[in-house]
Amino acid sequence: MTDPLPLANRTPAGEPLLSLRHVGRTFGSVVALSNVTFDIRAGEVLGLVGDNGAGKSTIIKIISGMFPQTSGEVILEGKPRHWTSPQQALSAGIETVYQDVGLAATLSITANIFLGREVVRPGLLGRMGFLDNGAMSKVAQADTAKTGIRLPHLDTTVGNLSGGQRQAITIARSMSWARKLLILDEPTNHLGVPEVEELLRLIRHVRDEGVAVILISHTLAHVMAITDRIVVMRLGEVVAEHVTRESTTAAVVNDIVGATEAEIARSLN
Amino acid sequence: MADATTTSAPSPRSSSSLRSWLARRPLAKQQLLLLLGLAVIVGIFDVLNPGFLAADNISSILQDSTETILLAFAETLVIITGGIDISVGATLGLSGIIGSLVVVGLGQGGMMLGAFPSLVLGTLAALAVGVGVGLANGLMVTKARVTPFIATLAMLGVATGLTFVLTNGVDVSGLAPAVATWGNTVFLGILTFPILVTIILGVIVGLFLHGARFGRWTFAIGSNARAARGAGIPVQRHLIKIYVLAGLLSAVAGVLVVMRLGTGSPLEGANDELNAIASVVIGGASLFGGTGTIIGSLLGALIIGVIVNGLIVAGIQPYWQTVIIGMIIAVAVMMQERGRARD
Repeated sequence: MTDPLPLANRTPAGEPLLSLRHVGRTFGSVVALSNVTFDIRAGEVLGLVGDNGAGKSTIIKIISGMFPQTSGEVILEGKPRHWTSPQQALSAGIETVYQDVGLAATLSITANIFLGREVVRPGLLGRMGFLDNGAMSKVAQADTAKTGIRLPHLDTTVGNLSGGQRQAITIARSMSWARKLLILDEPTNHLGVPEVEELLRLIRHVRDEGVAVILISHTLAHVMAITDRIVVMRLGEVVAEHVTRESTTAAVVNDIVGATEAEIARSLN
Repeated sequence: MADATTTSAPSPRSSSSLRSWLARRPLAKQQLLLLLGLAVIVGIFDVLNPGFLAADNISSILQDSTETILLAFAETLVIITGGIDISVGATLGLSGIIGSLVVVGLGQGGMMLGAFPSLVLGTLAALAVGVGVGLANGLMVTKARVTPFIATLAMLGVATGLTFVLTNGVDVSGLAPAVATWGNTVFLGILTFPILVTIILGVIVGLFLHGARFGRWTFAIGSNARAARGAGIPVQRHLIKIYVLAGLLSAVAGVLVVMRLGTGSPLEGANDELNAIASVVIGGASLFGGTGTIIGSLLGALIIGVIVNGLIVAGIQPYWQTVIIGMIIAVAVMMQERGRARD
C-alpha cells in the first residue's frame, strides 16, 4: 500500500498538482477567506504561514473537503473540484493531519490507522463488511515502525497514549496513505525534539516519492528548514510568496505581522 | 528455557501475558465481573426461593426479559454513537398496536392459509413502523441537528400519543389464539419463539457490531465524530442507519410482546426505555459514546430481569423493583467511574 505510484502516472514537475484560484469562503456574514491564489507541484514542500486567524486552517479544510469554498476554484490535476465531504478529497489522494481533530480515543492504534479504510476478509464475509484484523495489524506494524517512534502494542486503546504518541500515529497514518498531497496542520504540536527531527526526515522522504506537502507551522525554523516555497497569509488573504532558499526568516516574519492599520480597519468592515 | 541466549533482546510477549491481555481488554474484565454479579444475584434468589433455578422459572425469566434485552440491543447501538434513544419503549408500543390492528382488520379466517397471511402482513406493518420511527429520529438528529435526547423525546410523545389515538386506550383484542400459542410454547426445555428470535438477533447484531466495518464506524463516530468524518466515514448516513436499526429492533420487541400476551396493549412499552438504558449502562457502556458491548448489555438486561422475577417470586411488594434497579444503576456507574479514574 505504500508503493510509490509509477513514474508515468505522476504529474510532471513544473505542472501544478493543485491550484487555488481566487478562492473565498464566508461563514454567514463573516469573510474567512478572500481571493486566495497559489499553486503546489508534485514533490514540492509548501509552507503556509500566518498569524492566528489568517485563514490557514480554513484553506486546508477546503482542500481536504471538510467544507467547500464559496467562491473561486480548486483545481486538482487540471480539473476543477468542489468537494463537499472529506471522502472525495481522500479518494483523490489528499491526506490531512488536522490540528484540532485527533483520533478516536476508544479505538485501538490499528483501528485508527485504518479508520474509514478498513481491510475486510476475502469472500462473502468481506462483502458483509467483516474485518480482517490480522492483515490490518501487520500493515499497521510496518507503517508505525517506519516512523521510528516507539509505541506500545498496536491493540492498545489510543486514549491511553500520550499526546506525542497520538500525533505520531496521526502522522504515520496520513503519510502511509498519501498519494498526491499531504497536508500537515501544526504537526509538531506535542512532539519532542527528536520526534520533530524524525518528522522532518519523513516529510523529505514523502516528498522524494513525488508527493506534494503543505506544511502549516508557527515554528518558522521548521518551515525554513524543510520547505521549497512559503505562502504568507494575513486576514484571509495571501500577502506574499517566498522562495525559501532566497528568503530569510526576518523577511517572512515581516510579511506575517505587516498588517497596516488601514488593512485592519478594512477587515473589520 | 531453550532460547535463553536470546532473552537479552527485549521481548514484549514474555510472562504475565494473561494480565497484559486483560489490561488491553478492560471490556473482557468488565464482562467477567458482570457474569459474577449475575451469578451472585441468581445464587441469592435461589437460596431465598428454592426452585428459582428450575427450568420453567429460567424459561419464564428469559421470556419476560426478551423485551428489555431487545430494547437494550437497540439502545446499545445508539449509545455507542454518543446518542441516546428515549423512544424505544414508545416505538415498541406503537408498532405492536399497529401490527395488531392490521391483523384484526384484515381478518384471520382466510380459506386455506387461515390466519397466516394477515399475521405476516401485521408483522411487516409493525416492522415498517419501527423503520419509519427510526428514520424520523435519524433525520432529526443528522439533517435537522436536533440533539438525540430531544429528538427522541419528541418521538416518544408522538408515538405514545398515536398509540392511544389509535386504540382509545383500549386493548386490541380478537387476535387468533394461535398468536399466544406461538408466543409461549416452550421447546427444548427453556426456549420459546421470542427467546429464540432474541438470541438470533443478539448474535447477528453482536457480530456486526464487534466484527464488521459497520461496528467499527459506530464506535468511531461515538468516540470522535469529527475524526470519523475526517477519515472519510459517511457519519450522517451511518447515524441514520443506527437509528433505523434501533427502531427496527424495538418493533421486533413490539411484535414479540403481542405474541406473549395474545393482545395488543397500548400500555406496553411505557417506561421500558429506562430499563433498556439501565441495562446498557450496567453492561459497561459510557453515555459519552465510543464504548459498549452487546454481551455487556445482555448481561445488564438479565440482571434486571432476574431481580424483577426474583422479587416477584419472593413475594416482595413489586414497587421495590424500581428502587433496587435504580440503586444498581448508581453502583454500576460509580464502579465504572472508579475504573476510569484508575486508568
